[in-house]
Amino acid sequence: MSTSPTAPSTRRRTVAPYAFLAPAVLLFGAFLALPIGYAVYLSLRTVQVRGLGLGKGSREEVWAGLSNYSKAITDPDFAASVLRVAAYGVLVVPAMLGLALLFALLLDSPRARATKFSRLAIFLPYAVPAVISSLLWGFLYLPSVSPLYFVFGKLGWDVPSVLGSGSVIYAVANIAVWGGVGFNMVVIYTALKAIPTEIYEAAKLDGCSEVSIAWRIKVPVVLPSLIMTFVFSLIATLQVFAEPVTLRPLTNTISSTWTPLMKVYRDAFTRDDLYSAAATSVVLAVATFVLSFGFLRLVQNRAFSQEN
Amino acid sequence: MRGHRGFRRAALAAGAVLLLAAGCSGNDASPAADAGRPAENVELTFWTWAPNMDKVVAGWNAKHPEIQVTVNKQDGGDPAVTKLLTAIKAGSGAPDLMQAEYQKIPTLVSADALADISQHLDKGVAGHFPETVWNSVTLGSDAVYGVPQDSGPMQFYYRADIFKQLGLTVPTTWEEYAQTAKKLHAADPKKYLGTFSANDPGWFVGLAQQAGASWWGIDGESWSVSVDDEATLKVADYWGGLVESGVIDNKPMYTPEWNAALNNGTQVGWLSAVWAPGVLEGNAAATKGKWQMAPMPQWDKSQPATGNWGGSATSVTSQSKHPAEAAKFIEWLNTSPEAVDALAKVSGIYPADQPGQSAALSAPPAFFANQTDFYQVAADTAKTARSFTFGPNVNVAYSAYTDQFGKAAESRSRAAFTAAVRAMQKTTLDNLKSSGFSVK
Repeated sequence: MSTSPTAPSTRRRTVAPYAFLAPAVLLFGAFLALPIGYAVYLSLRTVQVRGLGLGKGSREEVWAGLSNYSKAITDPDFAASVLRVAAYGVLVVPAMLGLALLFALLLDSPRARATKFSRLAIFLPYAVPAVISSLLWGFLYLPSVSPLYFVFGKLGWDVPSVLGSGSVIYAVANIAVWGGVGFNMVVIYTALKAIPTEIYEAAKLDGCSEVSIAWRIKVPVVLPSLIMTFVFSLIATLQVFAEPVTLRPLTNTISSTWTPLMKVYRDAFTRDDLYSAAATSVVLAVATFVLSFGFLRLVQNRAFSQEN
Repeated sequence: MRGHRGFRRAALAAGAVLLLAAGCSGNDASPAADAGRPAENVELTFWTWAPNMDKVVAGWNAKHPEIQVTVNKQDGGDPAVTKLLTAIKAGSGAPDLMQAEYQKIPTLVSADALADISQHLDKGVAGHFPETVWNSVTLGSDAVYGVPQDSGPMQFYYRADIFKQLGLTVPTTWEEYAQTAKKLHAADPKKYLGTFSANDPGWFVGLAQQAGASWWGIDGESWSVSVDDEATLKVADYWGGLVESGVIDNKPMYTPEWNAALNNGTQVGWLSAVWAPGVLEGNAAATKGKWQMAPMPQWDKSQPATGNWGGSATSVTSQSKHPAEAAKFIEWLNTSPEAVDALAKVSGIYPADQPGQSAALSAPPAFFANQTDFYQVAADTAKTARSFTFGPNVNVAYSAYTDQFGKAAESRSRAAFTAAVRAMQKTTLDNLKSSGFSVK
């Protein structure tokens, strides 16, 4: 291949890319690959207790094969939590992306005023950590301490608590929608800003209204951004944890296995069974991977059409 | 993994050596103990969440320069236990001393986190505590896994002013409690005599304990699980009935809503433990002087009984290099008159030590200043506390409680309450079996 393989200059050139890669590879290895590998290893092990299980030597870590996985997949609590999260995703993702697109289009319209302020105001909830926003919403959801319920009471409306068994999923979804709209709006808005204004002028000369410009030009152009934000939202949905965990002490309606990640947490830290928790989290990671990459493959042509 | 198993084997061997050493020192105790005493000073670390514990410990440190104890404040029971279990698994990082709630002791012993200190303690220590409390640190065996610090006998707390205003009398039986709840709710539909809290397993355990339940048992070399015994089912059915009829609330305790209800007088009573004044003071400061405490309503008046909610012991961890010195310190902390006095007055806890208790608790808590016999009533009810054995998977049973009773309380159905108890039994028993414990 090379004409002078021993020349120091070319050797330096072949070393350089590896040197540049090294920090990333090391960090990836130490903080991602190794922990994942350890989780997979743990998921194949279990603790076997003997007799009363008291004192030294009464418990031993043994090989478990795939039994942790079969337990995880056949657990009715896990199945229920997956279904619940699917329903939650159906509520959150369209509402969040729909609102994000709507706000982005409104802010981008030529007659919009105070766009800087509005953009910041819509983005702001994203900057509030999920635990804190859930605590704040928790207060608003509890009838006897909520200012909203105080107003409802004054108006003579009898509104049932949204933390009841039928509506608690909306209560959690609402928190996620508020938190996510701003971020997704900024992504879509940035894509809108990239459209050359000549296109709009041409469209106007052709007699196009603002609404049809939005619908026929802007939406198709931001479609790749929408697809990207959809994938992000999908992953965030599968990982929902902080909101229901924060609301849980306030109500009877959120169980300890309400979402798949809550089940992982319960197994690991409440039941002190890291092995089942590791198996469930591996299942969850694979599902996330398959869903997001499956979706990207499905929409490949549209998502990356501009790049081709 | 090879290395891992090798390490385990080494640990087992070390354990065997320790056992042999213990056997030797048992035969001719004093010379071996003296030989093992280190020449230099010993420093011990102590994980605890009791308020002002450092001030109590200062009394020891001043007098024992050779054994210095450093208090390391932790938050709450569960996070500290998780931290300790992690340190035990990692093989380092655990403190010498640890405040351990009674219900966590079997779990901690099962994880080999606590040292058996029976050989380091004075023989008279057991006599300082009620038998039911002492049982929680021995698990019914010859081993001793800690010295009891505080206990939480349960009583009935109520708003005396509202009782007087509505002409209600203090219920002495559970039947009267149900009638009082009904009368109160009829007089003002916003008011409740109490709430059934599905997020407080310890509270429900106390109620079941009063009725005579003991969810785990050791039978020879096997565990037994009896969450669904007659006593527990009776208690669940009783509360299910009250919640179904709507005279008792179904909201969880310790929420902003519950605090508001305590403050504005819509929660008129609270079945709680001797530490209730502290909680009421923190969560419902505006109601100072309006509360009174009475013994728990009874199932059978001729045999008064109560249960425990909370309480903890001080234990020596299995990683401590100085178990003898650590044991000496916790013996002082929990049985010497000066330390018990400080625990009560400085830390504000209800000491489990019987001889020192009455001197330490001469005046009622400030929040109950109007009830001069507060600690007399508490001591009398504490004597009637029933025994209760905790098992190695209390965590599993407790998390099953919050899930199952959450559903039951939300559905407001009496049948769902007893179904919840049966589901808890199944979850707890299945978990013990699948972990490999020998179970009867």
